[in-house]
Amino acid sequence: MSLSRRELLGTGAGLVIAFHMPRTGRAAAMQPPKPKTDPNAFIHISPDDTVTVQIGHSEMGQGNWTGLAMLIAEELECDWSKMKVEHSPAAQAYAHLEFGIMAVGGSSTMRTEFGRYREVGAMARDMLVRAAATKWKTSAKHLRTENGFVLNGKEKISYGALADAAMQLPPPKEVKLKKKADWKYIGKQVRRLDTPEKTNGSAKFGIDVQFEGLRTALVARAPVFGGKVVSFDASKAKAIKGVEQVVQVPTGVAVIAKNFWAAKLGRDALTINWENGPVVDSEKQWAEYRVLSTKPGDQAAKPAGDVDAALGSAAKKVDAVYEAPYLAHATMEPLNCTVKIENGECELWVGTQFQQIDQGAAAKILGITPDKVKVHTPFLGGGFGRRGSPRADFVSEAVQVAKAAGVPVKTVWTREDDMRGGYYRPAFLHRISAGLDAKGKLIAWKHVAVGQSIMKGTIFEPMMVKNGIDPTSTEGAADSPYFEAAKARSFGLHTTVNPVPIHFWRSVGNTHTAFAMESMVDELAYAAGQDPLEFRLALLAEKPRFANVLKTAAQMGGWGTPLPEGRGRGLAVHESFGTIVAQCAEVSVDAVNKTIRVHKVAAAIDCGMAVNPLAVEAQVQGSIVYGLTAGLYGEITLKDGKVEQSNFHDYQMLRLPEMPKVEVKIIDSGEKMGGVGEPATPPIIPAVANAVYAITKQRLRTLPLRLA
Amino acid sequence: MNLDVNGSVKQVDVDGETPLLWALRDGLGYTGTKFGCGMAQCGACTVHLDGKAVRSCVLPVSATQGKKVTTIEGLSADGSHPVQQAWAEADVVQCGYCQSGQIMSAAALLAEKPDPSDDEIDLAMAGNICRCGTYQRVREAVRRAISVKRAAR
Repeated sequence: MSLSRRELLGTGAGLVIAFHMPRTGRAAAMQPPKPKTDPNAFIHISPDDTVTVQIGHSEMGQGNWTGLAMLIAEELECDWSKMKVEHSPAAQAYAHLEFGIMAVGGSSTMRTEFGRYREVGAMARDMLVRAAATKWKTSAKHLRTENGFVLNGKEKISYGALADAAMQLPPPKEVKLKKKADWKYIGKQVRRLDTPEKTNGSAKFGIDVQFEGLRTALVARAPVFGGKVVSFDASKAKAIKGVEQVVQVPTGVAVIAKNFWAAKLGRDALTINWENGPVVDSEKQWAEYRVLSTKPGDQAAKPAGDVDAALGSAAKKVDAVYEAPYLAHATMEPLNCTVKIENGECELWVGTQFQQIDQGAAAKILGITPDKVKVHTPFLGGGFGRRGSPRADFVSEAVQVAKAAGVPVKTVWTREDDMRGGYYRPAFLHRISAGLDAKGKLIAWKHVAVGQSIMKGTIFEPMMVKNGIDPTSTEGAADSPYFEAAKARSFGLHTTVNPVPIHFWRSVGNTHTAFAMESMVDELAYAAGQDPLEFRLALLAEKPRFANVLKTAAQMGGWGTPLPEGRGRGLAVHESFGTIVAQCAEVSVDAVNKTIRVHKVAAAIDCGMAVNPLAVEAQVQGSIVYGLTAGLYGEITLKDGKVEQSNFHDYQMLRLPEMPKVEVKIIDSGEKMGGVGEPATPPIIPAVANAVYAITKQRLRTLPLRLA
Repeated sequence: MNLDVNGSVKQVDVDGETPLLWALRDGLGYTGTKFGCGMAQCGACTVHLDGKAVRSCVLPVSATQGKKVTTIEGLSADGSHPVQQAWAEADVVQCGYCQSGQIMSAAALLAEKPDPSDDEIDLAMAGNICRCGTYQRVREAVRRAISVKRAAR
């Protein structure tokens, strides 16, 4: 073997390229060093024929646990019923091939690993065949493989019986991958491998970590972002049975107890004097954003023509301001992190999207090297971006708590902590003025966006932010085919700064840009007196892939056909993460109760190629629920610096009775593979808003959607 | 306190006011039952109390005395409950965190009403939030479990 396992698993320096590279910046990205691939780091075959796959990409629901195993099985030709998956340790061998560190984000796992995981499977197969050839004293070329066996005429040996010998062989320098026509797994509907443990209660999430001597902590954090502890009285907290310690940490005051309930009661009994930082108020913030949006801002896209002159000469002009509030991720599993510090070493058990960033942060706090920090990744009870923290925020806090406590501690957030703890989708405002000529053709688009930058102030800033522009603020707008269709155009960005912590949120900037772009295009279609589908198709004349996806969704949704009384349809199409998704939503409204009901969603997705169509369908359904929840209910507001929402009663979720019937069509275009976990989120909100307009003639430009 | 969980009586060292959820998780190690909200809003903590679905995050242990508690670990010995089977066939789970609660709600519904209407299914499952958005497949799986049970009758 050319590389030792230790070498492969060693903690490398990890060149960070970018977490989420919008499509405009992707081509210019530096190429990270490609880690050396050794199948032994990814595949372990036991004597009982079990094939265990190590994956560095955290499973948080998106299905890569199964998808990556499919890629291995395809080339290894093993027995699928004997396939197992584990999260790998934190090590450079498992680094994301584009980001340079272990990471799950940007809807990128299958797209980036499609080559490596198949190669690993093929390499392991080659080693098994060579081991069998030695055993049979024959040439490898006489042998074939099938369903976990190497076959030599009528003789066969199981992979388990060959594994020890195969592991000692050097991996092949090159392997030939199967042709598409020979695929047995890729492109087929394959059910998830993690279903048994997730349906019998045995799946272990971070919050389920338990061991002898482990304590639970809850942290009282500042009620106003940026606030600091002035003094605190822990006497009542310490009187609670089970509370063992109360310690101050940089983010607040931690109550450490024998169990969760004691820690909760203890924290409730704390008295803390806080010194508030600057106070944010949502109403005032929107007023400021509206004023800012009338000013040019920083240039976020190459301008063309004289946009003001073109708007002045337009036969029709539409001016609109679209507003999208802060949003919490509200993962079902509240944030938590377990930390054990012992003999100059540290162990973390944490549901994370960024193992190595957490590892580095813990090392820094403890004054040890990253190789002394062992990271265990249990299942993630949802991520949606929240568990991929460039600042390692909740992991750093948990390490501080365990360090101060001097015992192993699991720091757990309550739902209220999560809802009020920040790291939200940033609030954004888009002001758009667009002009049509006398024939209803788009001639001018003037766009100004206002909001906080996700990348600024993080380790990703140097790679991502160019000339003051964070591309995640404008992705899906500044590079939209609609914007580019206007001969005269300009795009300004005001990057605001305030103490509210913000973060990636499923589909990132596209969450608000798609709403602005697809709402405006709908407004323009009506202003032009044209059918919204035909109007869009004219704008997409040079974009056949977009047009095809849109036409497919419209047809599936029955666009142009009669509807039941009181119902309307709305369309939207949007590209993100290399994938185009179009949706046609069928909606009704209750004018008395002011509610919006989504009955059906027809969704077409062109992700180039679907590795597991069953998983793609699930991700489209789930992304629609995630977007619809935000569109109908999602809003984090601040008053006097405090977050007004706290739990699911005042930050509502879409529930099962409200679930629309979602029909999904996967378009096998053969184009470059795109992402799947996020791209179906952006179109749903504008599709619903456009349907509401079709029924009510109310143009809802502020999220969440509220009927007048 | 004594707790009758999954067919056996166990001692747990908690006050009677402690929510059942934390007695199960921290006291007895039944971590399949999940914490999601702490105020009976999300259903992740759903267990059966004498066969009925209850939210264990707001139920004091004292209220369970003399009653039988069933958690996801006790629903079947080997994942063979019709609801668990239907969940596998419909490929429902994503992150999986809410699924213990979803399955316990569905199992309680089917025990009470062997042939629920679509509206009754929606109502019974309305208390269980899934942030991954698995609702469409949850519906499919519940209907599948109903038809399996019907065929077995």
